[in-house]
Amino acid sequence: MAPVGPRSGDAIFSSIDRVNAELFTLTYGAIVRQLLTDLEDVDEVNKQLDQMGYNIGIRLIDEFLAKSGVSRCVDFKETAEMIAKVGFKMFLGVTASVSSWDADGTCCSIILEDNPLVDFVELPDTCQGLYYCNVLSGVIRGALEMVSMKTEVTWTRDALRGDDAYELQVKLLKQVAEEYPYKDDE
Amino acid sequence: MANTACFIIVGRNDIPIYEAEVGSAAKREDAAQLHQFILHAALDVVQDLAWTTSAMFLKSVDRFNDLVVSVYVTAGHTRLMLLHDSRNEDGIKSFFQEVHELYIKILLNPLYLPGSRISSSHFDTKVRALARKYL
Repeated sequence: MAPVGPRSGDAIFSSIDRVNAELFTLTYGAIVRQLLTDLEDVDEVNKQLDQMGYNIGIRLIDEFLAKSGVSRCVDFKETAEMIAKVGFKMFLGVTASVSSWDADGTCCSIILEDNPLVDFVELPDTCQGLYYCNVLSGVIRGALEMVSMKTEVTWTRDALRGDDAYELQVKLLKQVAEEYPYKDDE
Repeated sequence: MANTACFIIVGRNDIPIYEAEVGSAAKREDAAQLHQFILHAALDVVQDLAWTTSAMFLKSVDRFNDLVVSVYVTAGHTRLMLLHDSRNEDGIKSFFQEVHELYIKILLNPLYLPGSRISSSHFDTKVRALARKYL
C-alpha cells in the first residue's frame, strides 16, 4: 500500500502560525523552574511534566490530524515515522529520526538531534535527576492514546545529562479496540 | 598574559557570584584575600562612577600599588571586576565584552536563579580561556 499524506512536515510548518523561539524556550523554562520551586522534588516534577505533556497530547492529536491531512497509518512503524517526520516538524520545527526497531516492530527509538526546548539550559547539580524535556514524552503518549494505542515513552538519552542526542524510546503496549461508551438499548 | 589578575562578578545586591584567579604568577597564600580586599574597596568608587556615564566599560577606577581595578557594569547592575597589573586596555575591554555574553547565556538558563553563585564549570573554563587570550 502506498503511503498517504505528506512525507515531511515542511509544507505544513511553513503555513501555520509560529512563535518566536526564544519566547517559547523561556516560557517552557519558566514552567519547569516554577514546578521545581513548587514541588521541591525532581521526581515529582518529572511526573508533573509528563502529565502536562499528556494533557497537551490528547488535544494536539486532533489539531495534527486536521492540519496535516494524513490518513490512517497501517502499522506502528508508519505511525512512528509520521510522528518523527511530520509531527515534530509541525509543532517543534525540527525533524527526528526513527531507529532501533525491535524484532516484532513494537518498540523503537525517536532521536532528536536538535531540540529547541533546551537552548541556554544547563542542569545544575541540584537537578541531576530531572528529565527537562519530559513534556515531550507525555505529548507522544497522550496523542497515541487518543488514536487507540497504549504506549510507554521513556528517555534513553538526554544531551543535558552528557549524551550526544535526545532519544525517546516508544514502546507499544497494546492496541485498544474502539468501544462504544454506552449500550445501544440504554 | 598578565602576571597577576583576579576576576570577580558581583551581583546587583553586592554579593560576589563568581571568582577566579587568572594570573600566571606563582600563587602567594595571602594574595587571594588581598585581591578580594582591594576589589571590595573599589565597589564604592564603582557605585559613584556607574551613573556618571552611559558606557558599560568604566576603564580603571581604582589602584593599589601597581595593581589596577577595571570594571564593566551591565545593564542589570551586575559588576564584572578585574584586578590586574597589565596596561592592555583594549584586551580588557574585549575580555569584558565576551564575558558579558557568557554571563547573559548563564542568565537565560531557566534553572539558574539570578543573583546566586555561578557554579557552571563550562562558564569557568570559558572565562579562563578568555583570560589567557586577552590579558
